[in-house]
Amino acid sequence: MSLIQAQNITRIYSLGDVELRALGGVTVTIDRGEFVAVMGPSGSGKSTFMNILGCLDKPTEGRYLVEGIDIGGLSRDDLAEIRNNKLGFVFQGFNLLSRTSALENVELPMLYNGHAARERHDRAREALRSVGLAGREDHHPNQLSGGQQQRVAIARALVNRAPIILADEPTGNLDTKTSREIMELLVRLNSDSGITIILVTHEHDIAAYSRRIIRFKDGVVVSDELTQKD
Amino acid sequence: MVNIPSTIRIAFRALRVNKMRSGLTMLGIIIGVAAVIAMVAVGAGASSKIAEQISSMGSNLLIILPGATTSGGVRMGAGTQPTLTMGDAEAIMRECPAVEAVAPTHNGVAQVVYSHMNWSTGVVGTTPSYLYIREWQLAGGRTFTAQDVKSATKAALVGRTVVENLFGDEDPVGKVIRIQNLPFTVLGVLAEKGQDARGHDQDDTIMIPITTAQKKLFGVQFPGMVRIITVKAKSIQDLAAAERQITELLKQRHRIGPKQDNDFTVRNLTQFMQAREESSKVMTLLLGAIASVSLLVGGIGIMNIMLVSVTERTREIGIRMAIGAKTWDIRLQFLIEALALSLLGGIIGIVIGVSASTIISRASGWPVIVSPLSVLLAFGFSGIVGMFFGFYPAYKASLLNPIDALRYE
Ligand SMILES: Nc1ncnc2c1ncn2[C@@H]1O[C@H](COP(=O)(O)OP(=O)(O)OP(=O)(O)O)[C@@H](O)[C@H]1O
Ligand SMILES: [Mg+2]
Repeated sequence: MSLIQAQNITRIYSLGDVELRALGGVTVTIDRGEFVAVMGPSGSGKSTFMNILGCLDKPTEGRYLVEGIDIGGLSRDDLAEIRNNKLGFVFQGFNLLSRTSALENVELPMLYNGHAARERHDRAREALRSVGLAGREDHHPNQLSGGQQQRVAIARALVNRAPIILADEPTGNLDTKTSREIMELLVRLNSDSGITIILVTHEHDIAAYSRRIIRFKDGVVVSDELTQKD
Repeated sequence: MVNIPSTIRIAFRALRVNKMRSGLTMLGIIIGVAAVIAMVAVGAGASSKIAEQISSMGSNLLIILPGATTSGGVRMGAGTQPTLTMGDAEAIMRECPAVEAVAPTHNGVAQVVYSHMNWSTGVVGTTPSYLYIREWQLAGGRTFTAQDVKSATKAALVGRTVVENLFGDEDPVGKVIRIQNLPFTVLGVLAEKGQDARGHDQDDTIMIPITTAQKKLFGVQFPGMVRIITVKAKSIQDLAAAERQITELLKQRHRIGPKQDNDFTVRNLTQFMQAREESSKVMTLLLGAIASVSLLVGGIGIMNIMLVSVTERTREIGIRMAIGAKTWDIRLQFLIEALALSLLGGIIGIVIGVSASTIISRASGWPVIVSPLSVLLAFGFSGIVGMFFGFYPAYKASLLNPIDALRYE
């Protein structure tokens, strides 16, 4: 059974009388342990697709299954639970809670699934250490650089041991050197822990870290191929 | 499976971040709760004071004064002329079935001396039934008897204040005091009564047999003259009947024609005091109601701030939803914030309300009673206000679409 099965997904935005077809029948299957890059021109539907994969949005038509579970029939709270323990998000804009320490930001997902405070602490510390931020636990987001903030976000995505990390342009706000560091971190998580990573990027050298590239254009998949790696 | 302790922490952090705003929002509740407590305390204090005065006066009381009544007041002039007699008092006792006891009094002010101490006080000449009517106990010794009245004995009962000023720590019973230079034997000491409705010290008094007052101390303008007749009706229902019967009887005895004004006045003190007590209760309720309105306004303030807070923190809500917050996680977060605001405001309000009550009581000299019930009620009410006005913003926040919330700028 594949980890992610998107079958003929469409997503139509209604803007008054106008209907905008952001996704026009997308079928994608992703297996455990894959490292997938999603590419395509601006407005081609990459983010729309990622939001559906992340259970933040529902497809207008089509079926979407995570670990064999059909998302279509789930309630809001069921979806929240899936986001909580199966999916980790890394956003372009980091989306950390300001005025909240790095440690508490990382603890956040565990607040919503009943871990004891002690365990939350230990695991959050561990996650921060694994992204190279040991000693920064008490810093607030505005006291951290962009790259460090993105590491906090990655630690937050890791902390619940979700099998999937979805990253929509995670390096979009970072310089080349920092981008490379973040990508190396993601590659390591993929190869060491077997976490499935799906990331959106505009840049070829970022996509080059992946082993499979799916290209979008006008809401449909135009190519889906493995990268040449030695 | 909502994590309550951390939700509480999240809520309190949000409140701390916006200290100024949280404080201002709470102000509404603080003022409301403090007002409710202080108002109710002042009202309850007034009621209790009035109730105390009623019971110190004796129950089911009628007072008959010489002089005519015109629209509620005693008209002076011809009325100052004493018109009541011992005979009137006896006749009332004999002929008015609604009357239980009668005590004529003849009083004045006199200089009292004991050893080298002297004191000026009110001396009341009366009969033993006066103590019964006024529900006045003895703190020591015994009262004078009907026989003392008959033979105009020089016997006296002394009030607390007189004892303090003449005797200090000495036991007055059996001692001889001089009232206007006449020797009187102290038979008993009156129990403490406190102030009457006009703030007059009721314990600053000496009681002697009425005949002694008439014949030996103050004198009379005509035989058997008394200044006041105090009457106790059989029950509160009998008060009106007693008033009617007495008026009828005295009209007859004083030969007052149908077109003439009465030369006496019957006052129903119990009714008057009860009306005062009733109105003070209504006042308490009214004050409480007005104060409650400010609590309500405070609640609306909380809702207002919570709605702003929800809008402001849409992105935060989106982030929380994206990483797994469920409907009730979000709802509880905002609900607890609203509750914390209102309950914290409630607690501060209680502290201020209780201190204000104490200050009012000190400044005015009136008793102020902070009832635990009003504190509990104010606290509970502020909690309900928080819940009620917090729910809508919380509900609104929980219905946001995660992706819309995340994209919110
Ligand atoms: N909430 C929305 N309401 C209406 N239209 C939307 C909404 N979100 C996206 N769209 C439209 O859907 C289409 C796909 O948008 P999407 O964000 O998926 O593009 P993208 O591939 O992520 O682009 P970019 O590379 O610029 O991020 C665009 O035409 C966009 O205008
Ligand atoms: Mg996008």
